[in-house]
Amino acid sequence: MADARTPGLPDILRDAGLYALVAFGLCIPIIAYRTDAGPTGLELTPRWKLVAAFCAAIFALRVVQRLILARRDARRALTPSPAQATEAVQGEPDAGQRVSKLGLYAFLGVALTLPVIATTASGGLGPARYWIDLGILILTYVMLGWGLNIVVGLAGLLDLGYVAFYAVGAYCYALLSTTFGLSFWICLPLAGLFAAAWGMVLGFPVLRLRGDYLAIVTLAFGEIIRLVLINWTDLTGGAAGISSIPRATFFGIPFTADETGFAARFGLEFDSMHRVVFLYYLILGLALLTNLATLRLRRMPIGRAWEALREDEIACRSLGIDTTTTKLTAFALGAAFAGFAGSFFSVRQGFISPESFTFLESAIILAIVVLGGMGSQVGVAIAAVAMVGGPELLRNLGFLSAVFGEGFDPNEYRLLLFGLAMVAMMVWRPRGLISVRVPSVSLGERRAISGAHVSEGHG
Amino acid sequence: MDVFLQQLINGLTLGSIYGLIAIGYTMVFGIIGMVNFAHGDVFMVSSFIALIVFLILTAWLGISSVAFALLIVLVVAMALTALWGWAIERVAYRPLRGSFRLAPLISAIGVSIFLSNFVQVTQGARNKSTPPMLEGGVVLMQSESYTVFLSYKQVLIMAVTAVLLTGFWYLVQRTPFGRAQRACEQDRKMAALLGIDVDRTISLTFVLGAALAAVAGVLYLLYYGVVSFSDGFVPGVKAFTAAVLGGIGSLPGAVLGGLIIGLIEVFWSAYFSIEYKDVAAFSILAIVLIFMPSGILGRAEVEKV
Repeated sequence: MADARTPGLPDILRDAGLYALVAFGLCIPIIAYRTDAGPTGLELTPRWKLVAAFCAAIFALRVVQRLILARRDARRALTPSPAQATEAVQGEPDAGQRVSKLGLYAFLGVALTLPVIATTASGGLGPARYWIDLGILILTYVMLGWGLNIVVGLAGLLDLGYVAFYAVGAYCYALLSTTFGLSFWICLPLAGLFAAAWGMVLGFPVLRLRGDYLAIVTLAFGEIIRLVLINWTDLTGGAAGISSIPRATFFGIPFTADETGFAARFGLEFDSMHRVVFLYYLILGLALLTNLATLRLRRMPIGRAWEALREDEIACRSLGIDTTTTKLTAFALGAAFAGFAGSFFSVRQGFISPESFTFLESAIILAIVVLGGMGSQVGVAIAAVAMVGGPELLRNLGFLSAVFGEGFDPNEYRLLLFGLAMVAMMVWRPRGLISVRVPSVSLGERRAISGAHVSEGHG
Repeated sequence: MDVFLQQLINGLTLGSIYGLIAIGYTMVFGIIGMVNFAHGDVFMVSSFIALIVFLILTAWLGISSVAFALLIVLVVAMALTALWGWAIERVAYRPLRGSFRLAPLISAIGVSIFLSNFVQVTQGARNKSTPPMLEGGVVLMQSESYTVFLSYKQVLIMAVTAVLLTGFWYLVQRTPFGRAQRACEQDRKMAALLGIDVDRTISLTFVLGAALAAVAGVLYLLYYGVVSFSDGFVPGVKAFTAAVLGGIGSLPGAVLGGLIIGLIEVFWSAYFSIEYKDVAAFSILAIVLIFMPSGILGRAEVEKV
């Protein structure tokens, strides 16, 4: 709103004071008193200084925000822009945004050469381990994000229990390899198949559901699978999980130091990092496979049916599209990719437990898809880097403990900030980072459109 | 029979708590059509507020009358939790009104993650247990092998729930606010045209929902005597199940659903397996949503083309 009236300083101060007062109300008593177990039960430790600091920070932030807003409004009032002709739709970014081809290739180039870059930058394979491990972690989430993008972004079915299929894939490899001694390369497709089958099984009952209800039922299914994994101790080892899962081999050649190992066969000096680099390229390959499959499927009748379903289910049915098959294939394919990723997770970790498959993981994957801009493949990749890599940065911010005193562990605040970021991004960019879509099919010239024109589906 | 009676008492107690939380879900869904995912965590925050206020009152101020202390705890917890409810709506949901459908849900999940981690960071990850606040009870039935025991805690929980629900029902059915609230539920645009401040009504709905969740939080702490930062999720999902089972949008339905879920959980643990009690709750949720999405007392949704 470019109101003519600019608020004066007393107004701003009073407003900020109100904010500080609310902050004060929220702080007591949760921040003001810390409960600790003492010898005679719980004891309270007052922390009023912290409350004061917190309220002061809120006050200052609000004043600054109001001043900035006032200046922006004043500037806008002077130069009316064409965008102001109609009332601005809240939170809908303009369609002018584009991802340049160059940026795309640079992104891919970095992904392909990360082990080399990391090794040169940190001077040796050993020290580069941290970066390559981080790369593996990010790529796992990129792959999961792309998999979920099929279900949420293309077919418009909101799935909050996606991590269940990830768990199915992980347990599939862990159980098959520890019980029957099957190799990773046999288990990988099997894990995908199992997960897809589970996708169908869980997808079938929810065909009729839409919107929030679908989300809640998929959440319930995800939780049921996790609870069964915890309680079915005979099969899954319960909460203790499954350990000593066989490591990955280079297509049958193990990464060991002896002469049948990878290093000896290829005439290299043994280095335990070979396995890590191999895992990196493995997950990169799997992720790119997911991307390729999605891009190709979008052009195929089934992919078009997904997108049609997302836009309007009733119109879709009237045009003779079988919505049952369409929904089930979306669930099954999304689940299959989660199954691949799960099986990779278990071969990489060597240990899995139900702890890794909580609802929080589903929420993180969904947040990646939504932050990326639903349906945008590049967006998902960027969002995964931001959401998974960003918190990792917190770990390394040593100077923070200098500011906040000893014993300050930034990692504790990882999820706290993550939750805040989810809210903030919904408020500021509900359409995600990449809000431009290129329609899969178009009449005449193919043009990018704003994400605001793409429906988010009913189911 | 005696085991059955004991489980019935336990189930109704638990069900009262679920019912109180469920009202928050059902009202918010009724008025803005979103699943307030963070509601379970608001309940957990209120439990912590109650815990700290109770400790201040008993350990520092030396108030010995339990009834008086509990009353103050209840009032303070309701007020502060209502403030949380108001602030959450203001910051995380109001800017998203009119945005695309997924946005409030994602935002609510974000708030939920924020709240549980906020409490973890500020209060530590350990379980917090209080000294028993209220002890004793009456023996209802005595046989040589089994005693049916109705504790004062359970009486208090059921009584508080009944009193508050009556008051709440009066508020919604008989007061101007209640009328505005029901009008917004039916048709927000029309209500606005008729001069109802919709934003204020929605805010008040969140405030009321949070206050009732705070009552549930205080009673939960009183009943179990232990609370941890992760205690919001599962009771939250169960209360949501209760709201759906009763028919989402219907207030008596939420209470009825809460009682049913409480009874099912208790009987399931008593007669089948305690490990799978949460699986039972989640399965009921899925089954109800799939086979009777309008619940017991709800109205069926008609899809317009």
